[in-house]
Amino acid sequence: MDFELNDDERSLQEGIRSFLTGRCTIDVVRANEETGGALDRALWQELGAVGVFSLRADGFGMTESVLAFEELGRSLVAGPLVASHLAATLMPAAANGSRIVGLIEPSEPVNVAEHLASLDDLIVARPEGLFVVDPAEVIGVHAERPLDALTPITAVSHLPQGELIADAATAHIWHRDGMVLTAALQLGLCLASIDLAKQYAMQREQFGRPIGSFQAVKHLLADMLTKAEVTRAAVYAAAVNIDGRGDSTDLMQTARMAKMLAGDSALFCGKTGIQVHGGMGFTWEVDAQRYWKRACVLDTHFGNSDEHAAAFSAAL
Amino acid sequence: MDLQFTDAENSFRLKLRDWLSSVIPQLPSEPHRNDWIGRREYDSMWQRMLFDAGFAGINWPREYGGLGATPTEHLIFLEETERARAPYVGQNFVGLLHAGPTLITEASAEQKAFHLPAILKGEHIWCQGFSEPGAGSDLASLSCRAIRDGDDYVINGQKIWTSFGHTADYCEMLVRTDTDVPKHRGITWLIVPMGLPGMDVRPLRTLEGSTEFCEVFFDEVRVPVANRVGDENDGWRVAMVTLSFERGTAFVSEMLQSMELARDLAQLAKRVTRSGVTAWDDAGLRRDIGRICAELDALWALTKRNISQAQRTGLVGPGGNVFKLAYAELRSRLGELAMHLLDRASLSIDDIGDLPTHAHVHGRIHALSLGIAAGTSQVQRNIVAERILGLPKER
Ligand SMILES: Cc1cc2nc3c(=O)[nH]c(=O)nc-3n(C[C@H](O)[C@H](O)[C@H](O)COP(=O)(O)OP(=O)(O)OC[C@H]3O[C@@H](n4cnc5c(N)ncnc54)[C@H](O)[C@@H]3O)c2cc1C
Repeated sequence: MDFELNDDERSLQEGIRSFLTGRCTIDVVRANEETGGALDRALWQELGAVGVFSLRADGFGMTESVLAFEELGRSLVAGPLVASHLAATLMPAAANGSRIVGLIEPSEPVNVAEHLASLDDLIVARPEGLFVVDPAEVIGVHAERPLDALTPITAVSHLPQGELIADAATAHIWHRDGMVLTAALQLGLCLASIDLAKQYAMQREQFGRPIGSFQAVKHLLADMLTKAEVTRAAVYAAAVNIDGRGDSTDLMQTARMAKMLAGDSALFCGKTGIQVHGGMGFTWEVDAQRYWKRACVLDTHFGNSDEHAAAFSAAL
Repeated sequence: MDLQFTDAENSFRLKLRDWLSSVIPQLPSEPHRNDWIGRREYDSMWQRMLFDAGFAGINWPREYGGLGATPTEHLIFLEETERARAPYVGQNFVGLLHAGPTLITEASAEQKAFHLPAILKGEHIWCQGFSEPGAGSDLASLSCRAIRDGDDYVINGQKIWTSFGHTADYCEMLVRTDTDVPKHRGITWLIVPMGLPGMDVRPLRTLEGSTEFCEVFFDEVRVPVANRVGDENDGWRVAMVTLSFERGTAFVSEMLQSMELARDLAQLAKRVTRSGVTAWDDAGLRRDIGRICAELDALWALTKRNISQAQRTGLVGPGGNVFKLAYAELRSRLGELAMHLLDRASLSIDDIGDLPTHAHVHGRIHALSLGIAAGTSQVQRNIVAERILGLPKER
């Protein structure tokens, strides 16, 4: 048993991180808000070239994929990253980023599609199978003020049935893998929230000293870090299990564990990061809000943490 | 990354499992929980059995009679003993996991030769005399005084919260030997035989009514200078050495127990009724149980990360603080949920009404101590914030 990153895993993660810190700076992220969150095709293809979508199609495992997705989350990269990654094995154009493939799991009381205007293909994930739909045929109302400015949404009034591309068993696996990949994005959000709050706590002074020297602030940060590290263990465990090097045979259950932990932790780190910033945290300018909003978005992907807690109990 | 055991690890597991299955059925029944002398004998007997079978001192180096096992093998040992419902380390805790390891790195050859085999065989029980009424979280401010007089130190003062102080043979003790230097620099580590003239051990009752820890008073107690470990006034460093022995395994048995208890809770909820339906019919309760079970699984994964780190680097590092903080909180939530489920049956610490009340209520009470003993949760947060995140110290 060695549940620490090996050298290859570490260098893969560092490679993705250095690409993202060069290419997807926070300025690039913010600028995207001015374009209504429309996805940048050039960036999407670069992500494809780095291998973000094709990792598993190229023979890497879920372990490497979560390490990459953790970095994507940390850099707040928007768009249907998980969907395009999942689609890569079925659609070569998704793998290299030349087509942007989105995904919707029909939801009640309203179907909500993300990034509809930027998509080339929309996959509708139903329990009976996966169906591909032409995004242009989806009818709905575009929301003027999406919660996350980088995740434009549409309230769908007509969702075509689409063409069946994979069976129920595949849909089941996509749901499971989607949970784990999304959990990795959420882990990245936690880590980014912590970094930002920590920097602010060291630099902002009140009562003549850095606010990070106050225990009340320190303890908020310690709680953020604790949740993030437990989440990291959960996400890596779910991934290693999917790759067949794990300690559990119930892959769905470990995936749920990861998604539940990650959902709760990303929301916690997001809101706590805002709190540490005081009034600045409530501004548009400071990025703390961006991490929290993305955490809200991702919690709704592949089932929110309450759903997973309930589902987890069903197996007990 | 992987979570699988090697062939060597698996064969270690099987060997251990074989031995456990041959000896566990022969064990006498456990003494009553407040029969401390009886429990001491029981714990010593089990330690002697481990010794005779070659499983004593799993984490101790071979040259001192230990097994020299890796952290992963230690994990396996704890998994298998839990699985077999083997006795716990019990009163041998301080000797095997704290005082012994300290002696191994810091004591003289004579001290090692006398004490280490006796600890491994379960012949000597040790206790820890660190905390004082005025020195808890701020341990370095301790004031129990030792003044050199010829070949002896003469001790005056008090220790408190000394677990197993009333049954122990030896105490690993921190005393103040210099009052004129910064607090960390005037502390000395001593081996103090229990029962010396002038020592008075008074059991304290815990909030559960048990007498597992004591106050120990010292009135002109003479301890030979030869019992000092490390240099005079270097005791703080000696005491800290042991921290580096933690290999991520400290809470493994407890974690396994908690995970089982949480799953038992689901079964209990299916059998407990309220107004004609079972508690399990309540979706909110199912979700709460699901959430706690999933979080325990995640903490189990974190345990394995900490153990892997110890295996690689020899140290758990601050991952251990993160774990303790998360576990103390989660264990409390599990206990609270169990008590809600048991509702009025939770008003008894012992089993009543054919319900597993004791496991849950005792567990909930135990969880209260997890946030206090060995560094309170507030102190753990300070450590995480300062050592991992690098935030400035308050003063
Ligand atoms: C079951 C049990 C067994 C024990 N066994 C032993 C033993 O065998 N040998 C031994 O030597 N000791 C033992 N202890 C003692 C234990 O180590 C101390 O209780 C612990 O270190 C806390 O010290 P204290 O009780 O003096 O609390 P205090 O330090 O007085 O703390 C009181 C409160 O103040 C908070 N606080 C204190 N300082 C800070 C700070 N800097 N920042 C924020 N909050 C702070 C604490 O978190 C706590 O909430 C045991 C304790 C328990 C509960």
